[in-house]
Amino acid sequence: MAGVRRTLAVDLGAGLVLPTPVMVASGCAGTGRELGGLVDLHKVGAVVSRSITLEPDRGTPTPRIAESASGTVWSTGLQNPGIDAFIAEELPRLARGAHAIVSVAGGSLEEYVRMTGALQGRPDVAALEVHLSAPDLELQREVLGLHVDRAVEIVGAVARMSLVPVFAKIPLLASDLVELARGAVRAGAHGLVIGGPPPALSVQAERLRPALGAVTGWLSGPAIKPMMLRAVFEVARAVPDVPIVAVGGIRSGEDAIEAILAGAWAVQAGTAVLVDPGAPVEIAQGIARYLKAKGLASPADVRGRLRVPASFGAVEGEETAP
Amino acid sequence: MKQVRAEVLSTRKLGAYHSITLVAPEIAEKARPGQFLAIKMPEGREFLLRRHFAVHQASRRGGWAGTLEFVVDPGGPGTDWLTGVKAHEFLEVIGPLGKAFAYPKRLMNCLLIAEGHGAASLYFLAQELLARGKRVDMVVGGETLERVFKPIEAKRLSQTVAVMTADGTLGDPGGVLDALPGMVDRTGTEVVYASAPPATLERIAVFCRERNLPAQVSIEERMGCGYGLCHTCVVPVARKDGSGYDHLRSCVDGPVFNPARVLWDRWLSEAPTMLPTPPEGLPVVRSWPG
Repeated sequence: MAGVRRTLAVDLGAGLVLPTPVMVASGCAGTGRELGGLVDLHKVGAVVSRSITLEPDRGTPTPRIAESASGTVWSTGLQNPGIDAFIAEELPRLARGAHAIVSVAGGSLEEYVRMTGALQGRPDVAALEVHLSAPDLELQREVLGLHVDRAVEIVGAVARMSLVPVFAKIPLLASDLVELARGAVRAGAHGLVIGGPPPALSVQAERLRPALGAVTGWLSGPAIKPMMLRAVFEVARAVPDVPIVAVGGIRSGEDAIEAILAGAWAVQAGTAVLVDPGAPVEIAQGIARYLKAKGLASPADVRGRLRVPASFGAVEGEETAP
Repeated sequence: MKQVRAEVLSTRKLGAYHSITLVAPEIAEKARPGQFLAIKMPEGREFLLRRHFAVHQASRRGGWAGTLEFVVDPGGPGTDWLTGVKAHEFLEVIGPLGKAFAYPKRLMNCLLIAEGHGAASLYFLAQELLARGKRVDMVVGGETLERVFKPIEAKRLSQTVAVMTADGTLGDPGGVLDALPGMVDRTGTEVVYASAPPATLERIAVFCRERNLPAQVSIEERMGCGYGLCHTCVVPVARKDGSGYDHLRSCVDGPVFNPARVLWDRWLSEAPTMLPTPPEGLPVVRSWPG
């Protein structure tokens, strides 16, 4: 179609405009030093830092990664230098060239609040991502963010303090994903990151041992894409005006378009970046090709355009629109 | 570090191993012994991650200028696929990656210890050491004859060589560790380099500490990306000042480490623990080669 001014830029609201809808997912950007030599960061939508904790964390014992069919099972256990060293050393490098989104992970409300405080007013932080999959040290729960009341408390506290948009990363296996998403938005989250790795176990039968030093880990890669798509789809229908970032198994432009059709505003690439550091740029180029072929101007024109039967999701006995 | 699409020049079987030579001048120019390559796996398979191989040969001059050779030890879906790759096909390669072996400035007598395909990077190192006028001796070994990598090459590159196989099919029966004390005494070893499975390296580390020999070892830990992004290939390494230890990534901070600083118990323990506090009294280790 002639005359269409095509752009890959996406406006996530609150002044956050990304050059492309493809970010590097948390935990796949090293220390901020490595990625710059491997890919042109100006062509990357945003870079999410590894999840940062208040105190330094050495992470889990090795081995930390094992392959599984179309995916990897891994556990690094939030290895990071702590928020102070992160701000001093990694953040400036991370923000060189791309929007830097900082992923914060805590085991208690206080830890989240102190980290948000430390990041407050830093001009190089474009947004915060609230990691909710760490153990809850205060309430002695395995996963902090699986409980709506707790997730709301944490996200609310971070959102009230933060001067930049806050994205809540909802655990993929939350039993009531939609309630959790709604709660996070009510609490003040500007947007949601939907997807991310479900818990997993890899076994070495020969040695009668788990493949990972941490025993259990997380599954990532193309294997989890359909789970991510369903989660994005359900949440996008429930909170249609909230920016959703999809993460899980995206490695091509087609994958990204699928997530955008399901309702995502932007996507993150994780495992794909570990295989191909140029993946975020290639995925964005794939999106551009799709838009061109369809004669569309921007990714927003595809967003949530998945055609589902009108009867889908209707409760039996309820009248459906003709 | 470069990302290239490199043509396969030739492949050949070497005992149990498989060697692949690529035309990759951009990488060959920069590669040094100890560094490695990340080879992309084909699309449309259920295994995704790149496979990582030490550089066996990087030719900058002569008829082979611009070529790069690495050695595959088949036995997994990715390595098996690589053994089927033919000349004139293309591989996507990132390299050279990681820290290379350091060359000693003053010390002269170098002992190189290799088990299995670990010899691939050490033969490259031997050439560089010889070019710097050092004396090179070697201990090479493997379980059987087929798993000793290029024993003739070891002979060609070193003043004296000890070949060890577990079943005695080549050289003397035993492991590389059995030949170690004798070789060190006979050759007046001043510096040790090693590339072997972790359990062997641990014992080499103990030996070198007892004899007060500076050493460098190339370690292997399971990698995700190979270029520093994922923090999966970490090794516990004591800080220089003895104040504790850090999990260093073997892809960017290694794969070559000073064995005196690697916390072998912690790394290789079958029941890994993550003690919240570092063990008391970590040794203060002088930086290599001291």
